[in-house]
Amino acid sequence: MTSLFPTPGQTVGPFFGQALPYDGGPDLVPAGRADAIRLHGWVLDGRGEPIPDALVEIWQADASGTIVQQEGSLHRDGWTFTGWGRSATDLAGHYTFSTVLPGPTAEGKAPFFAVAVFARGLLDKLFTRIYLPDHPANAADPLLSSLDEAERTTLVARSEPSGLRFDIHLQGEHETVFLRHR
Amino acid sequence: MARVGEGSYRHPVTTTTDQALEAEKGAVPSSDATATTQAEISAEIAEISQSVEQAGEPVNQPLLAYAPYRSSILRHPTKDPRHADPEEIELWAPCFGHSEVDPLEADLTIGAHAGTNSAFAGEPLGERITVSGRILDGEGRPVAGQLVEIWQANAAGRYVHKHEQHPAPLDPNFVGVGRCITGPDGSYRFQTIKPGPYPWGNHVNAWRPAHIHFSVFGRAFTQRLVTQMYFPGDPLFALDPIYQSITDQKARDALVATYDHDLTVPEYSMGYRWDLILTGPSRTWMEEGAE
Repeated sequence: MTSLFPTPGQTVGPFFGQALPYDGGPDLVPAGRADAIRLHGWVLDGRGEPIPDALVEIWQADASGTIVQQEGSLHRDGWTFTGWGRSATDLAGHYTFSTVLPGPTAEGKAPFFAVAVFARGLLDKLFTRIYLPDHPANAADPLLSSLDEAERTTLVARSEPSGLRFDIHLQGEHETVFLRHR
Repeated sequence: MARVGEGSYRHPVTTTTDQALEAEKGAVPSSDATATTQAEISAEIAEISQSVEQAGEPVNQPLLAYAPYRSSILRHPTKDPRHADPEEIELWAPCFGHSEVDPLEADLTIGAHAGTNSAFAGEPLGERITVSGRILDGEGRPVAGQLVEIWQANAAGRYVHKHEQHPAPLDPNFVGVGRCITGPDGSYRFQTIKPGPYPWGNHVNAWRPAHIHFSVFGRAFTQRLVTQMYFPGDPLFALDPIYQSITDQKARDALVATYDHDLTVPEYSMGYRWDLILTGPSRTWMEEGAE
């Protein structure tokens, strides 16, 4: 019955805990390695309440801007950078990754983490991007420069001593800008 | 009035009531006891369906702001998504492979889930089924060598999960989790048992149609999809706000597997076929060279 009708999404529901999160999922590089940064934040609903049953995935270039095609995300060996990670939120709605800052994939490009968000109550995935704070290429980025200041703020991580903080607001005053790729 | 189109976040009828917000307060879905009846939910479903139809634009993805699914009320964006040209990284997908997924993980009836290689002592209860199909992109190209993850309730409609409260029996021989890597033609194949429907507390006596959750990766990050496969002829389809959040019948049909006698094992198991089509921009043949 193959037709080329696109398969619709459906919510990840509440019961993905046995299936999708796994040991090492959030650790693109071992936590504590000299060049490792922590990328973390909270996933929040329209009242600002944390969402304890959300799942965040990131996909990124390596520090030099190379897009790697390496298997090994599901069984991390501690040496192979795969560029992909998955973190379920904890009871406080918090997600966290250990990774490296992505480099620009071409000269002058603004590096970012590509992000997919899933949650109970969210009927389909949401795509967004996490840009690096104060990166000189941000000013010329087509997406960032198409947004007003308040919207742009929702896509740029905040610097912290250990790395980056990025909260995901599914709804509300600080609602994150989500994307549809064309 | 909100624009209604593919993937639009809003529908023209907003039914955000205090009662609905009450229902959202419970973090554990099966514990939400509300006074809302199926008749009220069904009326909301019908009203939205009608207003979308009148707007005249088919909606082939779920409406994210879909109040009949109470948990969506505070968890949907209120702004339409921004159109963005994909950047290079978004046109590539993460790479998974046979080094990290044991072929035994595609058989949910033997218990070798998530690479543990631990077999159950016995066979799970329920109707044995094979679920198989192909994963293609919007141009019909196979999504080869990619990760497929599934999870499901047991035959009695119960999940192995700490927040699961449905008092149906657990099955010591069934976890309900599997994964595999697609073949060169984009094919996948799982051996499992047919899941049961279960009550979920969205409203009084709300029952989910039997389904298997699928998580799939495409040829590009933009094609990432998490969805649910349903079984043909389920009487709960009309009543279920998650399934009905897709207002286009053809799109809903795309989530329903087909009984396939060729997938049955004689005197042993039933078979269902379900193909997935992943849309979203990806690299062209030219960009991929000889692949």
